[in-house]
Amino acid sequence: MSPMARTAPVPAATDPAIIRNFCIIAHIDHGKSTLADRMLQLTGVVEQRDMKAQYLDRMDIERERGITIKSQAVRLPWELDGVSYALNMIDTPGHVDFTYEVSRSLAACEGAILLVDAAQGIEAQTLANLYLAMENDLTIIPVLNKIDLPAAQPEKYAAELANLIGGKPEDVLLVSGKTGVGVEALLDKIVSDLPAPVGDASAPARAMIFDSVYDTYRGVVTYVRVVDGHLSPRERIQMMSTRASHELLEIGVSSPEPTPSKGLGVGEVGYLITGVKDVRQSKVGDTVTNLAKPASSSLSGYADPKPMVFSGLYPLDGADYPVLRDALEKLMLNDAALVYEPETSAALGFGFRVGFLGLLHLEITRERLEREYNLSLISTAPNVEYEVTLEDKSVVHVTNPSEYPAGKIAEVREPMVSATILAPNEFVGTIMELCQGRRGVMGGMDYLSEDRVEIRYRLPLAEIVFDFFDMLKSRTRGYASLDWKADGDQVADLVKVDIMLQGEQVDAFSAITHRDKAYAYGVMMTGKLRELIPRQQFEVPIQAAIGARIIARENIRAIRKDVLAKCYGGDITRKRKLLEKQKEGKKRMKMVGRVEVPQEAFIAALSSDESKDKARK
Amino acid sequence: MPSALPLGDPAPSDGVLPSSAAAGSSNRDFGLYVHIPFCAVRCGYCDFNTYTAAELGGGASQANYAPTVQRELEFAAGALDRSGVTGRPLDTVFFGGGTPTLLPSGDLARVLTTARTLWGLRPGAEVTTEANPDSVTPASLEELAAAGFTRVSFGMQSAVPHVLAVLDRTHSPERVPLAVQWAREAGLKVSLDLIYGTPGEKLQDWSASLDAALSLEPDHLSAYALIIEEGTALARRIRRGQVPAVDDDDHADKYELAECALQAAGMSWYEVSNWARTDEDRCRHNLAYWKGHDWWGAGPGAHSHVGGTRWWNVKHPTAYAQRLEAGESPAAGRETLDDGARYVEDVLLRTRLAEGYPTADLNPAGRNAVAGLIADGLIEPREAFRGVVRLSNRGRLLADAVVRRLLPD
Ligand SMILES: Nc1nc2c(ncn2[C@@H]2O[C@H](COP(=O)(O)OP(=O)(O)OP(=O)(O)O)[C@@H](O)[C@H]2O)c(=O)[nH]1
Ligand SMILES: C[S@@+](CC[C@H](N)C(=O)[O-])C[C@H]1O[C@@H](n2cnc3c(N)ncnc32)[C@H](O)[C@@H]1O
Ligand code: SF4
Ligand SMILES: [Mg+2]
Repeated sequence: MSPMARTAPVPAATDPAIIRNFCIIAHIDHGKSTLADRMLQLTGVVEQRDMKAQYLDRMDIERERGITIKSQAVRLPWELDGVSYALNMIDTPGHVDFTYEVSRSLAACEGAILLVDAAQGIEAQTLANLYLAMENDLTIIPVLNKIDLPAAQPEKYAAELANLIGGKPEDVLLVSGKTGVGVEALLDKIVSDLPAPVGDASAPARAMIFDSVYDTYRGVVTYVRVVDGHLSPRERIQMMSTRASHELLEIGVSSPEPTPSKGLGVGEVGYLITGVKDVRQSKVGDTVTNLAKPASSSLSGYADPKPMVFSGLYPLDGADYPVLRDALEKLMLNDAALVYEPETSAALGFGFRVGFLGLLHLEITRERLEREYNLSLISTAPNVEYEVTLEDKSVVHVTNPSEYPAGKIAEVREPMVSATILAPNEFVGTIMELCQGRRGVMGGMDYLSEDRVEIRYRLPLAEIVFDFFDMLKSRTRGYASLDWKADGDQVADLVKVDIMLQGEQVDAFSAITHRDKAYAYGVMMTGKLRELIPRQQFEVPIQAAIGARIIARENIRAIRKDVLAKCYGGDITRKRKLLEKQKEGKKRMKMVGRVEVPQEAFIAALSSDESKDKARK
Repeated sequence: MPSALPLGDPAPSDGVLPSSAAAGSSNRDFGLYVHIPFCAVRCGYCDFNTYTAAELGGGASQANYAPTVQRELEFAAGALDRSGVTGRPLDTVFFGGGTPTLLPSGDLARVLTTARTLWGLRPGAEVTTEANPDSVTPASLEELAAAGFTRVSFGMQSAVPHVLAVLDRTHSPERVPLAVQWAREAGLKVSLDLIYGTPGEKLQDWSASLDAALSLEPDHLSAYALIIEEGTALARRIRRGQVPAVDDDDHADKYELAECALQAAGMSWYEVSNWARTDEDRCRHNLAYWKGHDWWGAGPGAHSHVGGTRWWNVKHPTAYAQRLEAGESPAAGRETLDDGARYVEDVLLRTRLAEGYPTADLNPAGRNAVAGLIADGLIEPREAFRGVVRLSNRGRLLADAVVRRLLPD
């Protein structure tokens, strides 16, 4: 049993030999943030009375949804055999949309705790994250979590884990992030098993930026891992990609509150503040060096995350367009994965086409825009990016159905993914059926253990990015897990389905679909809109069409009564209030031509029935 | 009046009105509303401020009610006087409820006498009481007429037994012609209230009710679409699926049927839910509400309006009586309308009248909407050319939408 470190090593003067940098990686919900809580407590950096569950999940959205979205790095003191060590722990997100957060964190570490829920076993993101850790040459510490659960099967899954990474089941640590069992032993093992960072202390500084966050009060806060040399407060630093230089106003470590230090040395993880206002000037993946003594070669960075899903974001009230523009600009400071450009829609007016990493990323961005900037937004049906070659050989990239060229198309290519699905073997048939229905081609199948299989498919991105996961979960009673990554493109027989209200095309509801699915989409969308759009003073036909051919139609009958007939006696005040309320209700409507469409219609019509309201896990 | 009171500013206990209320009062009509908050049974659809004897548990008894109201009238005369509002004879008096005729006619007569003593009645003044068909006798009606009542409004609601049953009405259909006949014999003008769109009411049922009402040749008729008020027994029964819900299309069909039948019988609409045989038969008291005249509303939960200030009394009869006993105003809250709110109310109320709203009185945004309303068939084009926004038949059913369009901001 190790005691809490009596004296914590001082940043800027810490021998790399007593530094251990690690991250916690796992499938979503396997308990990374809860384990991190116990480490914060055991190492004494968070007082007992300040402790709350998933302490590092600080964003409102993270707390409400109970998931981690942003990685968090914390410096922890720990003592083993009379030596005080400095541990840098990074808690990472588990959701597939945020895999890029994980890969950035890995680059700042020498080791990774591969956490597996002892009641669930290995899941798809366990494999994906393990793969990333191995690519980064990290030392892996396999750990089974939640051993306090009655349903835990430590022997079975220890064997599974050992089998996966090569080792003995006895080497797998058993912990409970909930009760704290085994966490001290884990901290000891981190010290004893993980390699210390190595670097050249006398060389020009090279520090890798692994995160960059905009803070209203402090400007951009940049998180770095120092590889060589030393960074000190007030010195001038240089970004190696842009050659831009800044003064280091503050430098320090998170423990877990920002704590200024005398600098950062080899192997240390901490933050920098330079007063820049734009994260793009302090880009993730860039290398920071001393301006006076610059390094000659930068560290290898990482590729920018590539947006996979595109959606139009429009303010409900056209007058809010400038607010939305400013809000996106600010949000982008924090979210390097976000890309956007202005677009106009006949139905919705001025807005932006925004690229996201996945549907959860879209949802969260939308929610943050609405909440933090007090906006009411409409998001259009999400799309992937298509490459359309016209007969004259010119190529158009289409992220918005309304840009889909009419006629003269030689070929359309759609993005593909390779997907890995892990599930109990009893579901193999169901899963294959689902994937085949989604135009998937099977790549292979392996048994992880006696009763659990790994199935690999190549599928069109458009087929899995929306409701596929929810379908997979519901058909496997929640047992299947999914991971996917981009995998080239393929030629496909696609058509654009237009949706028309009163004969007017509403691009927000149009979609590009496979020809075989166009009819189903048309029927589904017209049917939904009929339910969601209230009756108007006139009849509203709703049609779905491919080109000039109508494939589905519905009709909203005209409203005939909109009057309160009762005499309210002398209570005129109540009548006036009622009118105000009615008008308030109208304000939440978007005028599409003459048709008043409630904001909810845009949200609900664009989500699939199965995926409505469900946490995307 | 519906039972929920608005939230407003506090009202002073001496009842003195802001000076804006007094300005120009000598030129305005003046009316009196007296609320009688008692009923024999509570109908399942009704959320008016009314109580059965059981609900009141003996507290504020019906027997003491008339003197309490008389006290409010005396208080009213004093408060208006102190506020500098010109004292004027009453143009209209209206006893509503609840069921006013649940009180002995002598009580109603005494209250009316107090009002006459305090303010006087203008020659030809309209004095109405609401009544349930089974709460009157030939003698009680004679007594009312003798005291100065000119008009009685019966809550007939329907002529069809199964509809009356869903509405929890206590009277039988046969009682209505009798009550009407007695009122006529006493020299009172007669108005009938009908409700359409009751769950289970078929179009033929409604047609039969209209025919039955018209065969009595009322001077005035109100037809209200049944509103399912939250918190009522009927709302609960619908929610539980014990009675079917009714949709707006059914209401629209029945409204159109009513307009047809009433017009054929020689009656004309003068407000969305009200028809009269001649212009003189229109309910002047209700018109005063809609045209923004002055009136004092006495009784628990009653609303008043004088020169742009509105106020409302405390709701419960016991609290009401206590206030008056202490010599304090029974008002629970009030609001003084600014120009914007006055304009909104003016458009809101007067657009519902057949005489219409003068386009010249609309603000520019409202005038802008007129052409669109003509195009959509919601107002009568010829009237609009003459400078009046008057609802078309279709527009009457969509009157709230018309008002919203006339008040776009
Ligand atoms: N019984 C038990 N529950 C645990 C344990 N660790 C975590 N949990 C629960 O598992 C759920 C997920 O925990 P988190 O710590 O948020 O998981 P995470 O891996 O950080 O999740 P993401 O960041 O969204 O990927 C929470 O409800 C925790 O309370 C444990 O050791 N035992
Ligand atoms: C103050 S009420 C009561 C008069 C009298 N107590 C009676 O019921 O015969 C006046 C009229 O309002 C109408 N009314 C009451 N509640 C209603 C509701 N929920 N929907 C529509 N009309 C209603 C009825 O037609 C009623 O006759
Ligand atoms: S009798 Fe009239 S006031 Fe009384 S509960 Fe019935 S509808 Fe309401
Ligand atoms: Mg987490």
